[in-house]
Amino acid sequence: MADSNPSQQQVANKKLAMKVLYVVVGSLLFAFALVPLYDVLCSITGLNGKTDNTAATLSKAKIDNTRVVTVQFVSAVMPGLGWNFYPKQTSITLHPGQIETVVFIAKNTTTETVSGQAVPSVTPGKASSHLKKIECFCFVNQALKSGETKEMPLRFFVSPDLPEDVKEMTLSYSFFKAPDQK
Amino acid sequence: MSTTTVAHHEEHSDHPTGIMRWLTTTNHKDIGTMYLTFSLVMFLVGGAMVLGIRAELFQPGLQLMNPDFYNQLIGVHALIMIFAALMPAATGFANWMIPLQIGAPDMALPRLNNWGFWLLPPSAILLTLPFTLALFGIGDGAIATGWTFYPPLSVQGGIGVDFAIFAVHLLGVSSVMGSINIIVTLFNMRAPGMTLMKMPMFAWGWLITAFLLVATIPVLAGAVTMLLTDRHFGTHFFDAAGGGDPIMFQHLFWFFGHPEVYILLLPVWGFIPQILQTFSRKPMYGYKAQVYSLWAIGALAVVVWAHHFFTAGMPVPALLYFMYSTMAISLPLAVLFFCWIKTMWKGSMSFETPMLFAVGWIILFGIGGLTGLVLADVAADAQYHNSYFVVAHFHYTLFAGGIMGIMAGVYYWLPKMTGHMYNEKLGKLHFWLTAISFNVTFIPQFFVGLAGMPRRIPDYALQFAEFNMISTIGAFILGFSQLLFVYNIIMCAKGGQKATDKVWEGAEGLEWTLSSPPPYHSFNEQPVIK
Repeated sequence: MADSNPSQQQVANKKLAMKVLYVVVGSLLFAFALVPLYDVLCSITGLNGKTDNTAATLSKAKIDNTRVVTVQFVSAVMPGLGWNFYPKQTSITLHPGQIETVVFIAKNTTTETVSGQAVPSVTPGKASSHLKKIECFCFVNQALKSGETKEMPLRFFVSPDLPEDVKEMTLSYSFFKAPDQK
Repeated sequence: MSTTTVAHHEEHSDHPTGIMRWLTTTNHKDIGTMYLTFSLVMFLVGGAMVLGIRAELFQPGLQLMNPDFYNQLIGVHALIMIFAALMPAATGFANWMIPLQIGAPDMALPRLNNWGFWLLPPSAILLTLPFTLALFGIGDGAIATGWTFYPPLSVQGGIGVDFAIFAVHLLGVSSVMGSINIIVTLFNMRAPGMTLMKMPMFAWGWLITAFLLVATIPVLAGAVTMLLTDRHFGTHFFDAAGGGDPIMFQHLFWFFGHPEVYILLLPVWGFIPQILQTFSRKPMYGYKAQVYSLWAIGALAVVVWAHHFFTAGMPVPALLYFMYSTMAISLPLAVLFFCWIKTMWKGSMSFETPMLFAVGWIILFGIGGLTGLVLADVAADAQYHNSYFVVAHFHYTLFAGGIMGIMAGVYYWLPKMTGHMYNEKLGKLHFWLTAISFNVTFIPQFFVGLAGMPRRIPDYALQFAEFNMISTIGAFILGFSQLLFVYNIIMCAKGGQKATDKVWEGAEGLEWTLSSPPPYHSFNEQPVIK
């Protein structure tokens, strides 16, 4: 055992240890790979009600007059953002494919100019990919001066591919203080 | 089985003495002893913290501490008990017993082994230092998010979170190194003739634990690193406003966190059957079935994580998947329970302290498992989530299933490790005090949990007062009973009745073929297994 030359056993041990170390490095990389994978998974499955936060192209899709769907609006202001924020109307009933505009109202109650970022979420999850936003205040940060009130429009339609059993869906906006500002 | 292989080479006993012996040692027995000692010390530290928590909960209202300090105790108690008490205890046993059980002269990578241990004390200091710093007005105390580090709270928290993140990094590196060592030892160092399917069950339990550790600890390390960059370097992994998602942290954390439960338990599932067979004086029942069940549980462990946050919001198919896959774990676990009971069946049983702990362990861990089945039910979980029912459930699995199992192992192997018998009367007293006061502590928590008492809150509604009082009394008896355990171990290490080589009449396995205590260097000539 006291040989100064590494024995065959020690060489074999080091080899296997290196192999296990590759597994460790692999799972560390896997952890970071999960970040983009999670987004992909969420947008495919509608997990967490994540919606596509980019503008949908104006639809020439046929309006499905045979059924209606009710979209409810919910708003929340997250801690750290001194705003009032609420939908002007709490729900709307429309045909799939029909383009509608609804308005949210935000008021900055603080004495400073603050930017906020609205994060949408749709329930049920399987409906989330079918709510298409053409124009939305959530696409970019919104800055409000002290005391300023702003009407924030959302122009959207519900895709006619919406599963038949979804009669109601809820679109919720949480307004966060935009990151990286003091 | 061949015996008497101990060739003592005098030139090997010129190791340094005093503190340098322990700092520089690469001997698996020394390192095992250090792991076990460290674990025992941290068990008392974590226990003292929870007595503070229970003292605050003795009566409704805030008496002893402010809620912020209470939250710090909750989080650090959990981190210490999991990472600094339970895991090092299992690693300590692995160091001591795996080479002896498989007839190897030492662990495969002795220097890595030394390093793995010496990362632990600094990380324990990192975890607890913020308490002391706060006394001097630096920072606002230790991590106050609970052990789960959920953002956004952990992103907003004080320096305690940073300390805990670095502590987790160190602890993670330490357990990954320990796991690499155990995997290499088990694959490369087994005695000639010992095939994988002839390995002792403890070695099997640890092999699967080690695989789980190398696969999942890096995910935790990655997740807390993302947390660190979110806190200080302007990333938005978990910040919804910046395009991230706080729920993603829960996925990352529990991808590690659920296997962690089995990491804590699999080594115990390994040696408990050995204790049962020793004191039943008949061979272990269903060796193959047990090995396959351990593998099945190890595999299922990594695909069920989201049952820890059913209420965070998931599509129904995902809820159903995680519910059924979680419940599926009870099938291999039921096989294990059956094998454990069948090992005792019609055996010539005697109830020395290790056996008392092992049998008590089966019953109490069984309660932990069954209440887990209740929590796995999505519909029921909506009510039980974050209630004291959960607290009671995981203490049945981790205190009864984990720590009481470890205690069984301590009493079982202590005569082998020290060469002296422990005090049997004190051991039995320790068992009965522990088992009874444990139930007095945690049965009421099932009741208040079902009635809606939330966890991690320092105050509670008046209708929970009686049960909390009972629970606190139980906790203090439980806590102080452990001093008997410490006393018994110290006295046993110092002296006492000499232990025979075999120690227990029904003991089977290579470790019992050596003297008690085993020589500093054992199995330099590997035994041959028929």
